[in-house]
Amino acid sequence: MLNKNIYLILIISLVFAISFWIGFNVNLLPAEASINAPIYDELFKILFIIGLIIFIGMTIAVIFSLFKFRKRNDQVGDGIALEGNLSLEIVWTIIPSIIVLLIGLYSYNIYDRMGGMKELNHDHEMMSSNSEKIWAGISQTSDNQISNNLSIEVSAMQFAFLFNYPKGNFISGELHVPVDQKVSMKMESKDVIHAFWVPEFRIKQDIIPGQPTILNFTPTKVGKYPIICAELCGPYHGGMRASIIVEEESDYKDWFNKNKKTEVNL
Amino acid sequence: MTISIDTQKTNNESLQPKGWLRYFSFSLDHKVIGIQYLVCGFLFYLIGGTLASAIRIELASPMSDFMPRDVYNQVLTLHGTIMIFLWIVPVVNGAFGNYLIPFYVGARDMAFPRLNAVAFWLIPPSGLMLVASYFVEGAAQAGWTAYPPLSITTPQSGQIIWILSVLLLGGSSIFGGINFIATIIKLRRPGLKLMQLPMYCWAMLGTSLLVVLSTPVLAGTLILLSFDIIAKTGFFNPVLGGNVVVYQHLFWFYSHPAVYIMVLPAFGLVSEILPVHARKPLFGYTTMVFSIMGIVVLGLVVWAHHMFTSGTPPWMRLFFTIATAFIAVPTGIKFFNWVATLWGGKISINSAMLFSCGFIINFVFGGITGVALAQVPFDIHVHDTYFVVAHFHYIVYGGTVFIIFSSIYHWFPKVTGKMLNEKLGILHFIITFIGFNLCFAPQHWLGLNGMPRRVAEYDPQFQLVNQISSLGALLMAISTIPFLINVFLSVRNGKDSGDNPWNALTPEWLTSSPPPVENWEGDAPLVEEPYGYGKQFSEQK
Repeated sequence: MLNKNIYLILIISLVFAISFWIGFNVNLLPAEASINAPIYDELFKILFIIGLIIFIGMTIAVIFSLFKFRKRNDQVGDGIALEGNLSLEIVWTIIPSIIVLLIGLYSYNIYDRMGGMKELNHDHEMMSSNSEKIWAGISQTSDNQISNNLSIEVSAMQFAFLFNYPKGNFISGELHVPVDQKVSMKMESKDVIHAFWVPEFRIKQDIIPGQPTILNFTPTKVGKYPIICAELCGPYHGGMRASIIVEEESDYKDWFNKNKKTEVNL
Repeated sequence: MTISIDTQKTNNESLQPKGWLRYFSFSLDHKVIGIQYLVCGFLFYLIGGTLASAIRIELASPMSDFMPRDVYNQVLTLHGTIMIFLWIVPVVNGAFGNYLIPFYVGARDMAFPRLNAVAFWLIPPSGLMLVASYFVEGAAQAGWTAYPPLSITTPQSGQIIWILSVLLLGGSSIFGGINFIATIIKLRRPGLKLMQLPMYCWAMLGTSLLVVLSTPVLAGTLILLSFDIIAKTGFFNPVLGGNVVVYQHLFWFYSHPAVYIMVLPAFGLVSEILPVHARKPLFGYTTMVFSIMGIVVLGLVVWAHHMFTSGTPPWMRLFFTIATAFIAVPTGIKFFNWVATLWGGKISINSAMLFSCGFIINFVFGGITGVALAQVPFDIHVHDTYFVVAHFHYIVYGGTVFIIFSSIYHWFPKVTGKMLNEKLGILHFIITFIGFNLCFAPQHWLGLNGMPRRVAEYDPQFQLVNQISSLGALLMAISTIPFLINVFLSVRNGKDSGDNPWNALTPEWLTSSPPPVENWEGDAPLVEEPYGYGKQFSEQK
């Protein structure tokens, strides 16, 4: 009996060790390029490890039972007439409940850190007079940047994104943003539902006709990343792409000034 | 009540065709209707599978080069609709439910045999209509979810035929649901208590409650959508002030429970198969019953987890996260109980057993990604990507379809009196299991790294993984060949099975195989312990 328990403990520790090793050493995610990304990856790692422990454990249990309790040729009759075990049932009701509850609370914490539970607002001077209802989105804020952020209006249509820079009074097909600054986007669709997704930023928000949504984020890494439409929007859905170019403040200013439309007095 | 049904039925029996022709008739025999459901469903599975192959061929290269883009959207819409409404739902509910439930409750037929036949005969015309819509003006191309405004702006005839077809199939499903509830509650043999019923009855009771409660909501929603398309009303049309997110709430109020309509019967079937081949009682009968009912209740209040990136306010996202994740608890109980059922058994490793164990492994994997997807922050990144595609195929294919095959291997001798060939069956399992995991496991990575779902083209860096996935799909297609050969050979020349080849204790095996028209020559036996394995043996000792 003691022997059996030792084997069980050995196997369980092995499952944990393998799961933790895979969880920490196998990276399944793309580059981290926004302040959301490392928070997301933290959640992913935890879920990945817990998932691996359960999956590997269950798979071993099934394969082991098939092997150990297979019917040998010389055997007749049935297995043991075991109809249940109340304490076991209680254990595997309570432990999963606790795990699920902890995961839920933890992901609430993650979501809060991403800004998901913040009041939905679009930090935009021109919008402040407009009491239009904002329906949904991620309103990420980091305290020191509230005064200093970039407001962009996004409109989506079959099959393109357009980015309006109200301060410069111009529209761009490419999204240029300065690194390490909060970007605040108000998005609306002209026709069907689209979605704004940047995998490297770990953010996504549907763009809905008739209901503006907002999406705030802070890029942290200079580079060019794809903006992908993630909601079926018609035949060219797969081709509905744009780019987000995260650049140094000075490069962004150059680009902005080059495109800015100045008021012409006639 | 039973007496009047019986006399009516005998009068009708003389008018019914005999032999194989009865499968093409308006038969009132629940066993004939069950087989009608199964064969009809399988034919649509072959069509849906062909469409899936077309999708995987298109995705073997990054460019959209195999078919026009709008045809691709039609193909993915038809693939989803056919697999859900014409294969999985009718087969796990209609086919096995009709065949088995009357045996399990000790009845000679379902409560409403005519309604039963009507429910089946709604399926072939609506399925054919759906497939034929491709030849009119192109089939529906807004995905099986038919989100407006896309479904309002795409070519109308295809979308309208799609709505009509889904309405008929929903009607068929409701008729079936009412029939199962009535049969299980009212037609039980005297002396048979609810808590003595085989687990599949409980699964079907729970499923039928979900069908009856949620399918009418889908029907109402689709009728409103058809008004928007035909009569230019503005329920969901933003141009006329409609709200597109309301459609999503209504749609998922049905379509999330629909997931349980597809998996709960599979949970029931595997609970019948495992004890027989492991020669052990089903572990934890009472908790299994309560966990089914727990899943039914929770399944009704989690729909908005499909909408975490749509217009849902933060508090709503949080509620649906917790509610969804908690479904893992009753589901987990069931899986632990099945493993405990295997533990200490005398397990015959045959095709039915292997497919059931494949189901456990695949479904645990899909369940784990499901709990992850329930977390709002996790879902925001992977929503509408190949991660989700991989997740739900692990649930409905790796889960339910594996159980459909397991059930076919288990009950084939019951229906035909012949055994299926075990070697071909094990070959079928191995190719299916490898092909399935090769096809869908890599898709998790695709979704995490930036490939959205429902696209005909993708970035070149995803090509290799997509080709691995397509290779898996090819194996899955090949795996149906040994299965079909097996079925056709065994129906004609299979080894005679005798009445009860597995020495099973559930009531359907306590009559001849194939069973007589009214199920039992005499009275239905009273089976108080459908899982009483090991007891007789120890008593004999």
